[in-house]
Amino acid sequence: MTEQNKNHMIPTACKIISIIKETDIEWTFRVESNFKAKHGQFMQLSVPKIGEAPISISEIGDNYMDFTLRAVGKVTNDIFEKQVGDYLFLRGPYGNGWPSEELKGKHLVFITGGTGLAPVRSLLNEFYDNIDRVKSITLISGFKNKESILFKEELKKWKDKFKTFYTLDNDSIEGWNCGLVTNFVKEIDFNSFDNNYAVVVVGPPVMMKFTGLELKKYNVPDENIWMSFERKMSCAIGKCGHCRIDETYVCLDGPIFPYTKAKNLVD
Amino acid sequence: MGYKFNFAETDSLFCNILEKYDVYAPKRFPKQGRYSDTDITRYSQIKSINEIEFNQKTDYSAKEVLTPVNETLFYFTENEFKESSAPKKPILLFARPCDINAIEIQSKIYEENGEFSDIYYSRIKNNLKFVLMDCNGGDDTCFCTSMGSNVTDNWSIAIKQLENDYLLSIKDPEFEPYFQNCEKVDFLPNFVEQNKVSLTIKEIPNKEVLNELKHHHFWSEYDKRCISCGACTICCPTCTCFTTKDIIYSENQKVGERKRIFASCQIEGFDTMAGQKEIRNKASERMRYKILHKFHDYKERFKTKHMCVGCGRCIHRCPEAISIISTIDKMNDAIDEIINKNIQE
Ligand SMILES: Cc1cc2nc3c(=O)[nH]c(=O)nc-3n(C[C@H](O)[C@H](O)[C@H](O)COP(=O)(O)OP(=O)(O)OC[C@H]3O[C@@H](n4cnc5c(N)ncnc54)[C@H](O)[C@@H]3O)c2cc1C
Ligand code: SF4
Ligand code: SF4
Ligand code: FES
Repeated sequence: MTEQNKNHMIPTACKIISIIKETDIEWTFRVESNFKAKHGQFMQLSVPKIGEAPISISEIGDNYMDFTLRAVGKVTNDIFEKQVGDYLFLRGPYGNGWPSEELKGKHLVFITGGTGLAPVRSLLNEFYDNIDRVKSITLISGFKNKESILFKEELKKWKDKFKTFYTLDNDSIEGWNCGLVTNFVKEIDFNSFDNNYAVVVVGPPVMMKFTGLELKKYNVPDENIWMSFERKMSCAIGKCGHCRIDETYVCLDGPIFPYTKAKNLVD
Repeated sequence: MGYKFNFAETDSLFCNILEKYDVYAPKRFPKQGRYSDTDITRYSQIKSINEIEFNQKTDYSAKEVLTPVNETLFYFTENEFKESSAPKKPILLFARPCDINAIEIQSKIYEENGEFSDIYYSRIKNNLKFVLMDCNGGDDTCFCTSMGSNVTDNWSIAIKQLENDYLLSIKDPEFEPYFQNCEKVDFLPNFVEQNKVSLTIKEIPNKEVLNELKHHHFWSEYDKRCISCGACTICCPTCTCFTTKDIIYSENQKVGERKRIFASCQIEGFDTMAGQKEIRNKASERMRYKILHKFHDYKERFKTKHMCVGCGRCIHRCPEAISIISTIDKMNDAIDEIINKNIQE
C-alpha cells in the first residue's frame, strides 16, 4: 500500500510485554512495536468494541513503546483489564514531539505536574544517558500525594545527574518537598544560564497556566518556554475537529507549543 | 453548446447515465418536515431526473452524500480489521453553486489538513462529478454573493428546469454522446448576481483583537437564546466534525465495527476530556467558537475563502430563530469597537 492511500484509521495489533503498576490508577504498559516515534509524540490506542484514546509515548525502545495510562473512562478502564500477552491496538505516531534538536546544548528546566511527567520521560532518559548533549538539567516534578508518585525508580536515578526538586502538593514524606511546583521556580538561577536555556512545562491546564505566569515573573522569554497541550481528540489526523483552537489543530501542530503560541491559544 | 429536451424524454436520455452512475439530487419528502404538514427536502439517490426538486433549496445539504451522518470506517473481528467498502459506482451529484463550493471547503479539511488525506472522503470525492443546478436566486436567508460562493466552474453538466423542458450545457466530453440527438440551443449556466441580503465580513486584524473579541459581551445574548441543539451544524454544508464510536453486533460479541458520526461544536461535551471540566461550557462560548471558525479561523488556516457559503440553512433550521446574518452584523460592530478603542488607547 502506498502512503497516500493507506488507511490511517486502521490500527495495528501490538502485544503487551509488561505492565507496571505505578499507582493504583496509573499503570505503564509496555507493548511490542516497530513504530518510529519522536519524544513527546502520542499514539491512538484502541480497544476494538470500546473505542480509542490519544496517549503519550512515555518511553521508546528498539522494539517496544511504553504508555502510562490513568484509568478514567471507557477505553482506559478497559485497557486496565488487559494482561501481559494480550493486545493493544495502535496507530500513529502523531503530533510534533519535543524540539529535541533545539533543546540540545542548552540548560534545560523541566517542570511537570502529575502525569505530565509521562510525555517527557523518554526525553529525560535520553538526556540522562547522553548528559553531554545538554549543559544541565533541572527537574521540578510535583505530585498530589504519596500515592500518586510515578516512575519512582527513575526519579531516584535522575537525581545523580539532574538537579531535582520533587514535591507533593499536600503530603510530606522523607526526601520530598511539600507545596506546588510553582513554589520552586524561584530556586532556579536563570541568570546563570547565559540566556542559553529552555523551560519545558507539562501538566494539568491550571498548573501550566500558573507556571507560565510564574516564569514571566523571572523574565523568562516566551521563546524559551515549551508546553504540551491535551485536548479531546477523535482522529489525531486533522479531520474530526475536536482538538481545534482557532486555526490551530492540537493533534497536528501540537501537542507541543512554544509559549509564544501557547499563550494566545484561547479555547 | 447546449441542448433542450422535454420532461417526457428525460428518462430515456438519462437511462445510460443512471446505469453507470449513482445519481444523488435534492428530493422532496412530503410531510416529513419539522411542523406537521410541511415537507422536507434533502439529498437522496434518484432513479429519474423528474424526481428532482429544482425550485427549493434543500433543508439538509449535499455533504450527506460524501460524509453520511453515520459512516462505517472498518469492521473488526478479534484481531483483524477490514476497511468498509467504497461505493461501487461513481457518483453524479446535482448541486447548486453554493453546495459545490461547500464541498470544496470541506475537502480542504478532509484532504489537505495535515499529512494524510481522509481515505473515506477521497474515495468518494475522486469518483464524483457535479451537475450544476441553475439557482433561481434562493430565498431571503441566502447571502452567497457576499461569500463569493454564487459561482463555480467545477461542473461536468449544467442543468436548468423550465416549465416543460430542461436546458443542458455540457463541459465534460464524457456526457456529450448521450444528448447528440437533442435539440441544440444556446445555454450556459447563469449565476445569481444579487441576493436579498448582502453583508461584509470584517477582517480581524490580529490575535489581540481576536482574543478580545472572544470575550466581547455581545456573545452572552446566546446564553439566553441558543439551546445548544446543534441543528445549525448538522444542516451546514461546510461543517465536518465527527466522533468515532465502536459498536458490537449483539449476535456475536467478538465482531463489530468502528463508525464515525456527525459531531457538533454546539452540543455539550464536544471538548470534554475525561476527568476534566468542559472548556466551552456555555452556549455563548460554543456560538463564538462556531462563528469564528466560519469567519476567521478556517481562512487563517488555509489562506483561502471563509468557511461559510451563505446558504442560510442554519437560519431555517434554528428552533430559536437565531440568524447568522444578525450575528455577523453584531460581530462586525464588536470588531469595530475593539479596533477603535485600541486606537484611542
Ligand atoms: C496528546 C494527548 C496525550 C495524552 N496522553 C495521556 C497519557 O499519557 N496518559 C493518560 O492517561 N492520558 C493521556 N491523555 C488523556 C487521555 O486521552 C484521556 O484520558 C482518554 O481519552 C480517556 O479516554 P476514556 O475512553 O478512558 O475516557 P471516556 O470514557 O472517553 O471519558 C471519561 C469521562 O470523560 C467525560 N466525557 C467524555 N466524553 C464526553 C462527552 N461526549 N460528553 C460529556 N462528557 C464526556 C465523562 O465525564 C466521562 O466519564 C492524553 C490526551 C492527549 C490529547
Ligand atoms: S449560512 Fe449557515 S448553514 Fe450555510 S454555510 Fe454558512 S454557516 Fe453553514
Ligand atoms: S440551531 Fe440555533 S439553538 Fe440550535 S445550536 Fe444552532 S444556534 Fe443554537
Ligand atoms: S484530533 Fe481530530 S482534528 Fe485533531
